Amino acid sequence: MAATLEAPVVRSGRTRRRRRAVVATTVLAIVVFCQFVLTMMVGDHFVPPVDVMLSAVHLGDDPMTDFIVRDLRLPTAATALGVGLALGIAGVVFQKLLGNPLASPDFVGVSSGASAFAVAAIVISNAGAAVVSASALSGALLTALIIYLLAWRDGISGYRFVLIGIGVSQFMLSIVGYIVSRGDLYEAREAMTWIVGTVGQAGTGELRTLLGALVLIIPVALVLERPLRMLELGDDTAKALGSRVELNRVAMIALSVVLVGFATAVAGPIMFVALIAGPIAQRITGPGGGILAAGLVGAAIVLGADLVAQHLLPTSLPTGVITGIIGAPYLIWLLATVNREGRGG
Amino acid sequence: MSLTTRPEAAIEQRPRHRSRAALATGFLVLVGVLAVVCFFSITMGARGVGLSTIWKAFDDYDPSVASETVIRELRVPRTLIGLFAGAALGLSGTILQGVTRNPLADPGIMGINAGAAAFIVFGIMVVGAQSASTYVWFAFAGAGAATVTVYGIASLGREGATPVKLALAGAAVTAILTSATTAIVMTNVAALNELRFWQVGSLAGRYFTVFWQTVPFLAVGIVAALCAGRALNGLALGEDLALALGQRVRRTRIVLFATVAVLCGAATAACGPIVFLGLVVPHVARMLCGPDYRWILAYSLLLTPTVLLVADIIGRVAVSPGELQVGVVLGVIGAPFFVLLVRYRNLSEL
Repeated sequence: MAATLEAPVVRSGRTRRRRRAVVATTVLAIVVFCQFVLTMMVGDHFVPPVDVMLSAVHLGDDPMTDFIVRDLRLPTAATALGVGLALGIAGVVFQKLLGNPLASPDFVGVSSGASAFAVAAIVISNAGAAVVSASALSGALLTALIIYLLAWRDGISGYRFVLIGIGVSQFMLSIVGYIVSRGDLYEAREAMTWIVGTVGQAGTGELRTLLGALVLIIPVALVLERPLRMLELGDDTAKALGSRVELNRVAMIALSVVLVGFATAVAGPIMFVALIAGPIAQRITGPGGGILAAGLVGAAIVLGADLVAQHLLPTSLPTGVITGIIGAPYLIWLLATVNREGRGG
Repeated sequence: MSLTTRPEAAIEQRPRHRSRAALATGFLVLVGVLAVVCFFSITMGARGVGLSTIWKAFDDYDPSVASETVIRELRVPRTLIGLFAGAALGLSGTILQGVTRNPLADPGIMGINAGAAAFIVFGIMVVGAQSASTYVWFAFAGAGAATVTVYGIASLGREGATPVKLALAGAAVTAILTSATTAIVMTNVAALNELRFWQVGSLAGRYFTVFWQTVPFLAVGIVAALCAGRALNGLALGEDLALALGQRVRRTRIVLFATVAVLCGAATAACGPIVFLGLVVPHVARMLCGPDYRWILAYSLLLTPTVLLVADIIGRVAVSPGELQVGVVLGVIGAPFFVLLVRYRNLSEL
């Protein structure tokens, strides 16, 4: 068997796929970097790209440029980058783990749990940004835990997890609706803005936490990518290949929920990014692509959406509105093709 | 059959066929229960009123007596809307579960109520529709569009509309509609203020105007739905058998989906988007009266308004003198039921 698998044709095919994935991921990284720099260039005062880069790494000598780049634009750009990476990675892990391209954290209750807690903090206790972020994070973690426990019956099936997630999501959304109808108008507006999600509002504390979490979690996620591929083959095959199925699954779910939690804490539940990043990355990189590519696509989407929301429209809108407008038609198309291929349920 | 049985056991415990007399007695009991609930719905609340006041409010109305005004202007229209909208949601849930042969089909989960809600917001904000009788047409269009989209998407592929596909398609379409609605509403503070009360789903503040504007559509939809029993029984046998029995399956489906769109659209126009009600009650009705859709429809007709009005009363009493919207109460009660359904029921059963 080993001999046939290692036949030259197979090997060359594998090398080609791997090369394509590496090239595509590199190109994605370059695109994201360009968008990142572009975000810091444009605005009321144009800053040339070289000055932006010099100033961002503390080599610039013009205090005016330093102020604009480092204090005004870098936080937004870094938030968009971090949130996009986190959502992209979390989304693709959820999709692979639950075996359904539609099972992104947006729909299976994690984001709505975060929303319910954050909105409660905004309206009921009039909390500041830090408390709102902390409650969003705890909301995401708690909701995911509840869904996991409720879906547990001799193990987790992706099918039960998705359905129970949708039920819990409806529950959380009715609580959000209630809280929003309770508060005064100003708070309700603030809560609605938060629910749509926007990258321009993050405090430096939350941003640092998100970036720190990313630095820690991305390497772990890359290590867990191998067991994740085994899980995709089905539980029984994965077990036969020597993978500790349930342990790996819990670890992967926990990682992605933490990522979604931090991202939501920083920017609110920006819809559709987690959903569309994975499939787009897959299309770009081919079958050899991994979760890093999905993260980069997520970052590209959020950075792009932020650029459109801030600069291309007459009135600036929350980022989540733009991702919603990009994501919606894609989602319909995805639903249609995925179901036609019979992978939807 | 009990909900707590494991799937293996459930196969053996097929729903028993009950005698017609037993079913009719059950029906009468439910009529009685509903009448009692209606009475409480009129009497209970921040201002308690007695039977004599109700009598006086209609026999010898004195506008200067606050209790009588409360009954005539607030409680009675509220109860009537609850009756009609509840019946509409229950029947549409039953029809959806029958047509799609899917136990998780529900106007809320499938995004139909969200479709109606989004189109209503669009109608009010962009086209400038003012009264419920105008925007109810937007609600029909929205409910219809959402039904067709969600069911169409979910039934692509070889296994047809499985519960997971249907629920995910519904969640996805709801998400799209919500972000579109929010984008429209964010630009206008007054609209936001209106929407945040309306989108929860509530019977409060629904006066006779709303009732008279929506009741013709609700009544037509309810009558049409009650005639659907035979067709649903045919569809329950499976498409091939229904065809063999001479049913025009395609046309039946279209008519039934149109009925659902009218019911959900009008109910949403009357009291806002309400989830879980259309999911839960048909299952209870099926547990009570077995698999015959003619009886399930009749039982849902009575049970759903009962549940809706009880939830409304709970909302009024729980945080008195304030009020918990009925949509919130149902969301909180309905979610555990949904989880139980997913966990313990063999979902390919319908």
